[in-house]
Amino acid sequence: MTGPKAQTPAHEILPLGQDCVLVRFARKPDLSALSAAQRFRAVIAGQQHSEITEVAPSLASVLLRFDPGATPRARIEVIVQKALAELGPDADLPAPTRRWHLPVAFGADAGPQLAEAAALAGLTQEAAVRQMVEADLRVLAIGFAPGQPYIGLLPDNWNLPRLSQLTPKVPAGALVVAVRQLVLFCNGSTTGWRQIGQTGFRPFWPHSSTPFRLEVGDAIRIEHVSQMDLAALAPERTEGLGGAWLEKTR
Amino acid sequence: MTPTLQILRAGPQMTVQDLGRPALTARGLATGGAADRTALAEAAALLNLAHFPAAIEMAGMGGEFAVTLPTRIALTGAPMRAKVDAKEIGWNQTHLILPGQRLSIGGALSGVYGYLATAGGIATEPVLGSRSTHLVGNIGQILAAGDGLILGPDPTPNAPTVRITPEPRFSGGAVRMMPGPQTGLFEKAELARFLASEFARGAASNRQGVRLEHGGAPFQAGEAAGLASDFIAVGDVQMTGDGVPYVLLSECQTMGGYPRIGTVIGADLSRIAQLSLGGRVRFTLISVEEADRLYRSPAQMIAEAKSRVAPLVRDPSEISDLLGYQLIGGVVSGRDEEEY
Repeated sequence: MTGPKAQTPAHEILPLGQDCVLVRFARKPDLSALSAAQRFRAVIAGQQHSEITEVAPSLASVLLRFDPGATPRARIEVIVQKALAELGPDADLPAPTRRWHLPVAFGADAGPQLAEAAALAGLTQEAAVRQMVEADLRVLAIGFAPGQPYIGLLPDNWNLPRLSQLTPKVPAGALVVAVRQLVLFCNGSTTGWRQIGQTGFRPFWPHSSTPFRLEVGDAIRIEHVSQMDLAALAPERTEGLGGAWLEKTR
Repeated sequence: MTPTLQILRAGPQMTVQDLGRPALTARGLATGGAADRTALAEAAALLNLAHFPAAIEMAGMGGEFAVTLPTRIALTGAPMRAKVDAKEIGWNQTHLILPGQRLSIGGALSGVYGYLATAGGIATEPVLGSRSTHLVGNIGQILAAGDGLILGPDPTPNAPTVRITPEPRFSGGAVRMMPGPQTGLFEKAELARFLASEFARGAASNRQGVRLEHGGAPFQAGEAAGLASDFIAVGDVQMTGDGVPYVLLSECQTMGGYPRIGTVIGADLSRIAQLSLGGRVRFTLISVEEADRLYRSPAQMIAEAKSRVAPLVRDPSEISDLLGYQLIGGVVSGRDEEEY
């Protein structure tokens, strides 16, 4: 750790390839690091530095991209230090401004690894689904693939390890779980997470006027639907919404 | 008439690629673009362009092409057997292709990704600022027989034929890696073992990444295991849960939880992307300062490639052919610019 001051959350300033600096607030997901990352992102974005070409938050870090042909890395690190000094002490996540309601079918063909994941979480399949539906979830980060959300945090019993052998392919719309989080796959993908559910929602719909649908900070409420209901919510019939709808919360 | 590149036959994975979409990490979209950027720089140098063109990337195997107007092309990247009609033509050089001729490009002789660039570039409609097909992101698609790609006009259709001495990168060798956010979390002995190992290309390799095989035990992630999912840089050397390294290429995921032992610098990434099945690579760890010093902007890459371009010295037996080129060249320069 690079000398956290009393008022500044613990952090590390790290290189990420030749054109990025990563500011990491924790190595494992936790709420205070998540909050620090989102607040740091807001401070940097608000300062509008011309040297920084992209700012992106993850669960516990913020990426700052720069043009190494125009700006030395040391200059970015100075900007980071100044922004950290303005961050202030620990604070809660900013309240969500909107909430997505997301229909999901669980188990069987829609979630071939639900039984296994529920057992690891110490729950029956029914109790596992109930925890998902009752959880107060947020989009924690967007990444891996276009528009694809990391959603969480789930209760502590869902701190499941990733699989050591990758699953060769889960389908588009797959809802997968590991390390207290859910990921909703936009396209078919290889994954080391367990598939517990399936949606008709596509977080990236290239031909839409808003191709990237989710924002970091959005609240997510899961609605349990049957596999038969899900068929009616197929993305090609619903412009990739899969029955999901957006509620403004303020 | 609109200059068009017609695809008569397509290999299994031909796509349009440029430098991709560099600043959409926050949206989860990796930069994408050409797997071998050096090849695109060499094409730009051959065609005397100021910017990287959108070109056709051919994975392992080319295809057959025709043009609707005389078109200068450059062939770069993994060398492939190429012919115009029945006549063999050289790789790493420019050619003028005429309407009615058939350009055939076969399998890669070494390396993986061959490139067909045209002097006016490919002029299809950009999506999110780039013409690159991003298969993982569901943007664009694999080219197929019957497709036609609109080309930009050739700025200097009379330019002489030139060749380039390609940067050697098709049979492995030393690859420089810089430390990344998780390098320090690996055990020192495990990092040393990684740096002492020699790797071959695994079969499960594509535009997302190259799987590296070696004879030894899987690599242990140590403290780097079980981290929060975090940002990935193109060139990251990721250790999957079973301890197998993958070097992530342009179409990789933007974020992931598997630890990464380091990041291959841009100058050496083409060497990984183009690693032939029989080739071997070893990694050396350089400092962040050295990696930063080795950064080359796109303009610098093109300027460097231009220093390797030379006029093609022609065999006298091809003189009649050359006259034909010049004759056609005159026709080209006389065409009606309004058509564009």
